[in-house]
Amino acid sequence: MAAEAAAPKRSAGRKLAGLFYGRPRLQVGSLLAGPVGWLVIGYLGSLAVLLITAFWSVDALSGEVVEEFGLENFEAIWNEPVYRDIIGRTVGVAAAVTVTDAIIAFPIAFYMAKVASNRGKALLVVGILLPLWSSYLVKVLAWRTMLSNEGIINWALEPFGLSGPGYGIVAVWLVMSYLWLPYMILPIYAGLERIPNSLISASEDLGAHPLTTFRRVILPLSFPAVVAGSIFTFSLTLGDYITPRLVSSDQFIGNVIFNNITNNQPFAAALAVVPIMVMIAYLLVARRLGAFEHV
Amino acid sequence: MRRDAHSARTAWLIVAGLVAFMLVLAGCGGGDDDTTGASADSGETLQKLGKGEGQVNLISWAGYVEPGWSKPFEQKTGCKVNNKVAGTSDEMVALMRTGEYDGVSASGNATARLFEGGDVAPVNVDLVPNYKTVFSDLKDQPYNTFDDQPYGIPHGRGANLLMWNDDDVSPAPTSWDVILDPKIASKYAGKISVYDDPIYIADAAVYLKMHEPDLGIENPYELNDEQFEAAVNLLKEQASNVGEYWSEAEKQISAYANGDATVGTTWQYQYFALLEEKEPVAASPASQGFLPKEGATGWSDTWMISNEAKNPNCMYEWMNWIIEPKVNAEVAEWFGEAPAQSLACDETENANFCADYHADNPAFWERVYYWETPLADCGDGSEDCKDYNEWVKAWTSIKG
Repeated sequence: MAAEAAAPKRSAGRKLAGLFYGRPRLQVGSLLAGPVGWLVIGYLGSLAVLLITAFWSVDALSGEVVEEFGLENFEAIWNEPVYRDIIGRTVGVAAAVTVTDAIIAFPIAFYMAKVASNRGKALLVVGILLPLWSSYLVKVLAWRTMLSNEGIINWALEPFGLSGPGYGIVAVWLVMSYLWLPYMILPIYAGLERIPNSLISASEDLGAHPLTTFRRVILPLSFPAVVAGSIFTFSLTLGDYITPRLVSSDQFIGNVIFNNITNNQPFAAALAVVPIMVMIAYLLVARRLGAFEHV
Repeated sequence: MRRDAHSARTAWLIVAGLVAFMLVLAGCGGGDDDTTGASADSGETLQKLGKGEGQVNLISWAGYVEPGWSKPFEQKTGCKVNNKVAGTSDEMVALMRTGEYDGVSASGNATARLFEGGDVAPVNVDLVPNYKTVFSDLKDQPYNTFDDQPYGIPHGRGANLLMWNDDDVSPAPTSWDVILDPKIASKYAGKISVYDDPIYIADAAVYLKMHEPDLGIENPYELNDEQFEAAVNLLKEQASNVGEYWSEAEKQISAYANGDATVGTTWQYQYFALLEEKEPVAASPASQGFLPKEGATGWSDTWMISNEAKNPNCMYEWMNWIIEPKVNAEVAEWFGEAPAQSLACDETENANFCADYHADNPAFWERVYYWETPLADCGDGSEDCKDYNEWVKAWTSIKG
């Protein structure tokens, strides 16, 4: 009797709770289904579709995509010197930007982590994050104005008989280095913060020259952080096509993808595989260098 | 320990399930594509004009949709105008394929692609009363009519300009050789501004048509191997002198204003914008139709309606509005192009406007080569010409 009376009172929520009770796998499964689904379908799924498309081709007459497996897109990329030039240029600028940012970011991050007072530290963090709040386009267009023939850079250099780089690959390198610098500073800062001051003191106590301390203690311990930051700067440069378009006429991988996207999607997809491959190689090297061990 | 093994297995189960789900989804996706392909051929034409939907989403060239005539349209029809400016025909095609837009002011190098892709619907011109008085040499043209059905409403036409900075370039050039003949162009090395689009190869072909008659170029959009190679080589030589390839109008305006460009190809929009800023720019005189001696590439633009238009009634209202005599006159004078509407010539502020722009002089337009989509078909049925994909590839190699 008592059980019968209780039964209708059980709400749907309680039934559901009952369903999950004592079934840990179901609990974990439903908890993770959302985020994992997002990752697998939204990220990996679209990558898979991209990979498949890269092997298709476009019918020359109708312009429609022919869903047949073939390697001609990759052959074209491999055989035509212009694509090799473009890939080389893109990877080269990405590497240059990464090195530049690492060199500029390290002292700033070191100052923030080890020298600055708490107040100064907070101010610097805000200062570094602040540019990230303004629009990417505004920043690039501001650089475009600064680099122009009658811009502030030429104006400042004129008294010395010099002139700025103008629009071109140097401009792209400058602008990208500026844009991605915060992404390099923050990981290095986090990495340096984790180095206990006692290690530095110990090195000094043992009579090491400050440079030796830097070379033998600080650099090895913070190197994974530099590599982690370089992943950001490298991949962001690799994928950007708006900056090259606005401050140069040089073509980067992204520009060629953009030019082909309406007429020849398979070819654009094949080109998009190139930065993925470069990034995979880069990440493998980064893992070797220990970038993922302490993060 | 056992818990870890458990949760790892759970995670794998989830992943496996999701991959399977995704594959099913991908399979369905493929099927969807086929059905859209089929329905594209039977694009439906609006039969009767209904009540406006309250808004219309447009893609246009810079200067085609301006408050001067879009605000009165909104007041009259209650259709709010949401406009997206595109810089190249490729961009327009890409935007139209998102299905988010109701219509586009497409040039001849986009219309055929939009039609072939099933992105646009035929236009029922009976629902566009102003269409009757559109100049007849703009109707039923290969770039706006397919399968004997009109696919759009002519907007206006004009030639691409040669523009130069008067302070730096003198005497005033009368030929494209100032940017295309390597000997002359090298004087302006680094200051030449060229349109960043594969269709620019046709400009080289127009130049070669006059200067190298042996190539036998007839139509600059129908080029065989030899002609195409000559045009591409000319542009490769030009590339070392080019300061900047522009694709956004604003980018070029700033380049001229800041002294980064002194001579190059442009549109009326940039030319008039720079004049307004009191920059010392000049172009071939309007009385010559802005044409250098070789003639020029140009455009005859068409408002097309999307196959998936969510606001078809407002789009029809817009197509009728843009060729309303008074509006079309305003658009044409503001932009600096020949109006499509014959009655617009009575409404222009400058009484000589239509005469200056040769609006009703069909003979004049024979030296203006309206943008077309390059096809493998050379127009005579032979498949020897370079199609647009080849043009895109060549353009990549020209820019290097």
